[in-house]
Amino acid sequence: MVIMVENAKLLEMYRQMLTIRFFEEKVFELYGQNLVPGTIHLYAGEEAVAVGVCANLRRDDYITSTHRGHGHCIAKGARLDKTMAEILGRKTGYCKGKGGSMHIADFSIGMFGATAVVGAGIPIAVGAGLSIKLRGTDQVVACFFGEGASNQGTFHEGINLAAVWGLPVVFVCENNLYAMGTRQSRVMIIENIADRAVAYGIPGVVVDGNDVLAVHDAARVAVDRARRGEGPTLIECKTYRLKGHSRFDPAAYRPKEEVESWLKKDAIGRFQMKLFELGVLSEVEVQKMVQDVKNAVDEATKFALESSFPEPQEALEDVYAAEEISTSK
Amino acid sequence: MREATIRDALREALREEMRRDNTVFLLGEDIGRYWGGAFGVTKGLAEEFGDERVRDTPISENAVIGVGVGAAITGMRPVAEIMFGDLTALAIDQICNQAAKVRYMFGGQASAPLVIRTPFGAGVNIASHHSQSLEAWFMHTPGLHVAVPSTPYDAKGLLKTAIRGSNPVLFVEHKLLYPVKGLVPDEDYTVPFGVADVKREGKDVTIVATLYMVHKALAAAEQLSKEGVSAEVVDPRTLSPLDRKAIVKSVRKTGRIVIVSEDCKTAGVSAEIASVVAEEALDYLDAPIKRVAEPDTPIPFSPPLEKFVIPDEKSIIKAVKELIH
Repeated sequence: MVIMVENAKLLEMYRQMLTIRFFEEKVFELYGQNLVPGTIHLYAGEEAVAVGVCANLRRDDYITSTHRGHGHCIAKGARLDKTMAEILGRKTGYCKGKGGSMHIADFSIGMFGATAVVGAGIPIAVGAGLSIKLRGTDQVVACFFGEGASNQGTFHEGINLAAVWGLPVVFVCENNLYAMGTRQSRVMIIENIADRAVAYGIPGVVVDGNDVLAVHDAARVAVDRARRGEGPTLIECKTYRLKGHSRFDPAAYRPKEEVESWLKKDAIGRFQMKLFELGVLSEVEVQKMVQDVKNAVDEATKFALESSFPEPQEALEDVYAAEEISTSK
Repeated sequence: MREATIRDALREALREEMRRDNTVFLLGEDIGRYWGGAFGVTKGLAEEFGDERVRDTPISENAVIGVGVGAAITGMRPVAEIMFGDLTALAIDQICNQAAKVRYMFGGQASAPLVIRTPFGAGVNIASHHSQSLEAWFMHTPGLHVAVPSTPYDAKGLLKTAIRGSNPVLFVEHKLLYPVKGLVPDEDYTVPFGVADVKREGKDVTIVATLYMVHKALAAAEQLSKEGVSAEVVDPRTLSPLDRKAIVKSVRKTGRIVIVSEDCKTAGVSAEIASVVAEEALDYLDAPIKRVAEPDTPIPFSPPLEKFVIPDEKSIIKAVKELIH
């Protein structure tokens, strides 16, 4: 099934994918300059997943994210400047410098924060789904996680609960083949994570995670189903990260031929070709959009670099909601 | 005022808060129509509020707490029950890494008003996986509150405060306390967090105790009074926040302190309270700090073994006498 998408929407999806790619390239560049404290997990290469899924979500829908979460934030509509500022540990960041790259959140757009414990976001997404059901709204939750998380108890416990309670949650597995350096085939006998849906009596679908329209269409079916109150779906998106797992990982465990074959399947190049074919986009427009996106990323970077670090004593704030802090603690 | 058990007082708090606020709902294993909770606390609530708001769950403790976190950050006020406190170990990631950190990690954007009710404590011969007192784990987790009621009055008032508050609360119930009776007001009331209660006034020695040990301390104090020793019993009522001032104030008056706790002695509740006294009240002490606590073993099964490791009146009286004579 091919779902018709308006031209403006297609271009917006393309712009978002470019934004994520250039944003991540900038983050990579900044940490090369020692401007990013700690570590980073780049989303570059997996843009089609976040963008294809989030294209089906409303502002009041929810998402949960992972340690590799910059792409989810941008696709859900988070601001680049506050995202970059958080990655750089600045006071103006989304979490005032308390979370960093692995914990960016924007509750105003239903982005519940990246959880850096692998798989821990899954039951939280299910809880948000339960909350939707109890409050009687028609919101939907998209829950992003990797194939590595599907070996955690939270995956099985969480999907079972969402299934038995018929909750509006779309489980999106970003299968990039490697859990850090461990290839999927070394730790799982199955090839498709989506097969695990059978165990919980829900639909499980496999899509080409580097084809944004394929992701979009699968997510549309799942989101519509969830919004109608018909329960959860597990979508497995086969994809690949361009870089290693984290900051210092050269990803030597990935065979050269494998990397090259995936580079040929790069989601942005493929989508661009598709848009050319459809006559929606021209070379000239690409150049202009690339420049626009680069400018936006540069502006966000400038904002972040010009922002101050938090005052050290701010470390003591936000541990508890203020109303309950007693005089003695 | 009327008499009620702690079990009834807890149920009243849940019922009244669920009637008052539609966002309050319960989830846990066997809390619904058939059992009403392993200790009967939620009995009758599914009948009144329905299965949607009194939600039986599969045996998935980590997911149950995770669901509570997700619901709490989206406008609900879940009260989750973990059937035995020992099983919080299965949910420690969601309790300590998620619920407790939601507010801080995301820069104050959100809070998780989630209450986790669970029974701790030994005394019913159910051995190492159903008898522990793990309060110290949760006192050690910034972002969580830990409530430890010893009476029906405190249990009801503290549970209401927990449900109405904006922070995640580990609400400890002691399994031997469920049938214990006490006076509870007819009207709505709450008990604030971080405010200790002096359960018995005295002038010679301070005994700090929580949960079931409050009752052991009161019995010990009664016995000691017959021997001319006036013991003051201080019940912190919440361990996080901890009412340090009340402890210091009492020590200032008596000059001696015995800390009684059912959890392990090493790095336990008694260790934290002792450190408060050492840091803030050392000059008022006329004798060393004494601790009466579980001697760093798992909880054994056989009655004489279990009885041996859990503090009782005799061990408290002995500790007091060592300080006084």
